[in-house]
Amino acid sequence: MAMEITNLSKDNLKKMFKEGKRFDGRSLLDFREIEISSNVSNKAEGSARVKLGKTEVVVGIKLGVGEPYPDSPDKGNLTVSADLLPLASPRFELGPPDFPAIELPRLVDRLIRHSDIIDLGKLVIKEGEKVWTVYIDVYPINDDGGLIDASAIGALVALRGAIIPELDENGKVDYDKKSKKKFPLNEDSIPISLSFFKLGDSIILDPTREEEEACDARITYGISKVGKEYMINSCQKNGEIILTTEEINHMMKAIPEKYDSIMGKLKKYI
Amino acid sequence: MTKSSFKRIDGRKSNELRPITAKVGIIPNADGSALFAFGNTIAIAAVYGPRQLHPQHKQNPTKAFLRCNYDLMSFSVSERKKPGPNRRAQEISKVTEWALAPVLDLDSFPGTVIDVQIYILQADAGTRTAGINAASMALAHAGIPMKDLVCSVAAGKQDKELIVDLTKEEEDFKEGEGATDFAIAKVANSDEYTLLQLDGKIQPNIVSDVLELVNGACKEIYEAQKKALKEVVKK
Repeated sequence: MAMEITNLSKDNLKKMFKEGKRFDGRSLLDFREIEISSNVSNKAEGSARVKLGKTEVVVGIKLGVGEPYPDSPDKGNLTVSADLLPLASPRFELGPPDFPAIELPRLVDRLIRHSDIIDLGKLVIKEGEKVWTVYIDVYPINDDGGLIDASAIGALVALRGAIIPELDENGKVDYDKKSKKKFPLNEDSIPISLSFFKLGDSIILDPTREEEEACDARITYGISKVGKEYMINSCQKNGEIILTTEEINHMMKAIPEKYDSIMGKLKKYI
Repeated sequence: MTKSSFKRIDGRKSNELRPITAKVGIIPNADGSALFAFGNTIAIAAVYGPRQLHPQHKQNPTKAFLRCNYDLMSFSVSERKKPGPNRRAQEISKVTEWALAPVLDLDSFPGTVIDVQIYILQADAGTRTAGINAASMALAHAGIPMKDLVCSVAAGKQDKELIVDLTKEEEDFKEGEGATDFAIAKVANSDEYTLLQLDGKIQPNIVSDVLELVNGACKEIYEAQKKALKEVVKK
């Protein structure tokens, strides 16, 4: 099992954050370098690999034909899943998903879903009977912190390059036939995830694994921008701590600027 | 922030809660128990502990382990819910732990577990917040040292209008910007927040208005919780 962070390094980090410093020279709200490649798996309907510093995730999209949910007969289905592979970290183990493995895909699902980036209404084959089910599957390759934010970027890039496969005359999916049908996306809404972490009185973004382990809490926001308006589409606080009004306002202030700066880095990929 | 002209589906004002029911001591076997209802949403909670935690390797030698379990009763929703916690319930159990732990003196009971069982009898939106309110009362009833009660309510938006304590019908609102559900818990007597969970669409610059709306609502919730706790002491 991986070592847990010592109290000594936790205290050191707390002191450094208080002075606005980090081991790798970033300021508290800076992201690491983002490196992206798309179409990393040719059987997938869309895919992407995202590197955020040393953190690396692969996200793939598959489409299948399914039945609509009874409460949304005129919409396609969306399912996000993640498998925290023992490949990616000494902390991950095979077996039934523990809470982090349950939470990650739920957070990615919610920020995608509520941003309306996917036009689920256009994923209907026959209303009430047959619709496309969109599977977004996240696999971490190397976990050095910030997995949620990296996974959200991966999902976004994979979606932007995705296609809808062809159906044969019997209504079965022909995955081998080359399709050029573009996946129905709402071009006005581009969601990303911003996870703030709190240690002592300091709030940071994009932690390394070591920083993440030292922190007491995480607050993840799904953010999109519609026209000139920033939207929070999802939010979840993780951790047994209290947040003050001031701290919440601090995050609200940081959100627009951070959104724009990450979007600047993603522009050439989407 | 709120226009008096705006009428909600059930005729409430934007900052008006549904009728609250709060009762303490509803489950004799438990060390502490409570019921909390927002209108048609009814949550019951039982606290067992602090008690020995088994297996032993799960014990924390420095503090008590707060273990919450939230679930919907199978018949509490329109379409029967399969009994047993699904992923949604597991997540709500976790955020409930995070919402309650900061007010509890867990350090006084090393090696033990405090079990909080929350079940929803009838669901009409706001189940996690009703559950947290019930659990907070049940913990106080069990005599666990707490620095304050936790009060919780969902705020939200219908298109652009900010409202508090949404019903299922309001949560399903589809027009304009649609519905936003922002579940919040706070420490009763200070502006400190222990639960933030949101689905929908809300602008960062109006979050402070939402917090204000929630602060007002939580005052009423706190009074109801206090009253119920005092009643049980009298008996």
